[in-house]
Amino acid sequence: MLLPFFEWCEGTVLGQAVRQSLWAFPAIEAVHLLGLCMLGGSLLIVDLRMLGVGLTRQGIAELAGKARPWLIGSVCLMGVSGLLLFLSEAIKCYYNTSFWVKMATLPLALAFTFVVRGRLTRDDALVTSWRSRLVGSASIILWFIVAAAGRWIGFS
Amino acid sequence: MPLRAFLEWLGNTPWSIALLESYYVWPLLESTHVLTLGLFVGTAVMMDLRLLGMTFGSVPVSEFTRRMLPWTRGGFAVMVVTGVLLFYSSPVRYYHNVFFRIKIGLLILAGLNIWWFHGRTHRTVEAWDLDPLPPSAVRIAGGVSLFVWAFIVVSGRMIAYNWFDCDIQPQSDFINWAEGCVLPAE
Repeated sequence: MLLPFFEWCEGTVLGQAVRQSLWAFPAIEAVHLLGLCMLGGSLLIVDLRMLGVGLTRQGIAELAGKARPWLIGSVCLMGVSGLLLFLSEAIKCYYNTSFWVKMATLPLALAFTFVVRGRLTRDDALVTSWRSRLVGSASIILWFIVAAAGRWIGFS
Repeated sequence: MPLRAFLEWLGNTPWSIALLESYYVWPLLESTHVLTLGLFVGTAVMMDLRLLGMTFGSVPVSEFTRRMLPWTRGGFAVMVVTGVLLFYSSPVRYYHNVFFRIKIGLLILAGLNIWWFHGRTHRTVEAWDLDPLPPSAVRIAGGVSLFVWAFIVVSGRMIAYNWFDCDIQPQSDFINWAEGCVLPAE
């Protein structure tokens, strides 16, 4: 049912342009990886703090606030580069289990980060607690699955 | 034994061949190498941004070096172990790969920057620990680190592509020289 949509994606001007260029795919992949570094850092600095390690002298809300623009920036960078990579090989993705694992966990991770974790970390009263530890671990696990599944798209 | 001959021997050891041909171990090592970027380069980038005065201005720099650097170092250890094993799976190919050579050069540069920063610049940390915008020497160290690690990630990714491999000829004289290709005598 979705296959025609994926075929259309692969046929888009952008998809074709990336696919036909020798350098575009590797270059966009590299940007995607740089986004991963920034995303990992801006997530972990807060998640580790919520687990009670790392920058424990700072408040969770303070760190989350400072990390937020970098988090949003890296999500945008990964989104744009990821979309371009996808368009260039949409039909391969359609038949790729890892791709679907990623597409299932990515919205979850995003919603969790910006709704649940976002709301909690805006609260200045939040200190290291079972609640913060739960949210910090869930964030790390969710994003780990997204990243691992993403990497595995290229192997399967 | 010359380096090239040693690497040839290394690549013919049973474990090296098994690693290269393994169905799951190699991809798992590679995935670990890539995912650890989020921990290693990720925390390093946050530290660099602090040194550049671009964010976390309210966090003392010494807090970063004391509380975050152990995580960065842990990530680096994973990168080195997985990286060395990946190299071991195909030593001759990587040895002649131009992106691998660029990456090694940049790693040395990053190491020198770290050595300079922690050996010299960071010694006076008490004087600028709380500055949201640290002195220029500190900002330079952060900026160099940010750029060099970014290029290390990019060149690392490019190692996977065989555009410039020695066994795909003709290549330009420069590439053949830069990769140390052993060309068949004409």
